[in-house]
Amino acid sequence: MAKLPVQLRLNGADRATFVDPAEPLLTTLRRGLGDFAPKYGCGQGTCGVCTVLVDGEPQLACLTLAVACDGRHVETASGLADGPDMHPLQTAFMAHFAAQCGFCTPGMLTAARALLAHNPHPTREEVVEAISGNICRCTGYEPIILAILAAAAAPGARRA
Amino acid sequence: MARHEGRGMASVNYPIGMNLGGDPSQALIHSNPDGKFTVALSAIDLGQGMKQVSRQIAAETLGVPVEDVYVDTADSDTGPHDMGSFASRGTHRMGNAVIAAAREARGVLLEAAAEELEVNAADLVTDGRGNIHVRGAPTRSITVKATAQAAQFKQGRTIAGRGIFLLPLSAVDAETGEMNPNTAFAHACLVADVAVDDETGEVTVLRMTSAYELGRVINPRMVEQQLVGGAWMGMSHALYETPEPYYPDPAHGPRDFNEYLMPGPGDIAPYHVTVLERPAPDGPFGGKGPGEMCANPVLPAIANAVYNAVGVRVDELPITPEKILRGIKANGGVRPQPRRGGAVTWRPRDVAVPA
Repeated sequence: MAKLPVQLRLNGADRATFVDPAEPLLTTLRRGLGDFAPKYGCGQGTCGVCTVLVDGEPQLACLTLAVACDGRHVETASGLADGPDMHPLQTAFMAHFAAQCGFCTPGMLTAARALLAHNPHPTREEVVEAISGNICRCTGYEPIILAILAAAAAPGARRA
Repeated sequence: MARHEGRGMASVNYPIGMNLGGDPSQALIHSNPDGKFTVALSAIDLGQGMKQVSRQIAAETLGVPVEDVYVDTADSDTGPHDMGSFASRGTHRMGNAVIAAAREARGVLLEAAAEELEVNAADLVTDGRGNIHVRGAPTRSITVKATAQAAQFKQGRTIAGRGIFLLPLSAVDAETGEMNPNTAFAHACLVADVAVDDETGEVTVLRMTSAYELGRVINPRMVEQQLVGGAWMGMSHALYETPEPYYPDPAHGPRDFNEYLMPGPGDIAPYHVTVLERPAPDGPFGGKGPGEMCANPVLPAIANAVYNAVGVRVDELPITPEKILRGIKANGGVRPQPRRGGAVTWRPRDVAVPA
């Protein structure tokens, strides 16, 4: 089957590649563009580890067609840090021990980033709702919820 | 319909590790020419903090900064032998092996430094910041880095150490069956408060409160992290996780781990943990470790709390709404129990499940 060209802006950088028509965005990001922050977990949209932002909205990269992202802005957890400066969410995740094995962490960070972009001062219930599509099997969620609430209270958290 | 609140308690006396074949763990430590140390272990860090705890123990014993120690658990084929990361044995077993290896490596480090300083190794001390000096004479000093380079390029000496933790195998007394399979026990007590809906059978965990005695807490934040995550897993075992039964057909059961039900972020309960430290005589710096017992007391505490709330004694996990409703029906209604005592009135296996 013929490959299709896709151009997108990945974490602020213009990138172009060729994809299969039915290729999920996750495959394109990991295999084509070398961004390994979004993980492959279930591959069927239930675990949330592949969560990325497409034009600022959280999407499951395993269920999103790469061709549907042509001309759009895709942001992953790789784009959170600004050079050596970590994003307040990353700092808060470290301070609150919100990662153990770390596999869910990129998806959690991305879901939290989308939440804070829309709702800079969420309640605990709103944080719970925002990460309810992301499965964690280590932390019991509490440290993650506390980290997101702390990041919302930190200066600079609203940076997209 | 009504919600009934109940409280349940459970205590656990938890053995650290096991004594099959002496429960051995090995550690190897060597310095690189830059004065940094590598600890080779075959115990695996699953996120529980194995590497961090081993690193702290190695640095403390070697007398070097913690940032100068790297723990390599990459390959159990090429690494030293280890029974594995299970049975809550990591901190205690690997920690003891790391201490033994680090002591030997420290001995060689001080011998190499003594040769450079032309003093007796027994007179040398480390400052924990990367320097070795003569006791009482801080100016007679050499850095760990310079010592490692001298050992590597001048003395032809490897700064290395080997360590193993091994229990004497405990024989079983033929008369009494008595044996001593273990050396260290950790302890905990946990109270669960729940609310049970007598119409839907749903259990809401309102709060959990516990006290854990784990020996010396080597990394307090990681212990807390493990206890919080483990309690969530205990709650999951108690109330959620099962491949069976699913109605009306077993085919409706989970097909993979995505459909296997576990509590989400909205299902968790406030949890307050108190950690008590009673250093274990044979533990690394007195440590025993949390591990599996993070989850263990949660299950019986929730089962007891459900019984306390509605008088239904469920002794098969998980405690599903269906089992609770069948129990309430078999009892002829809800029977809230006092906070102490109370007889077992019903067991789920006594009730036939309609086909």
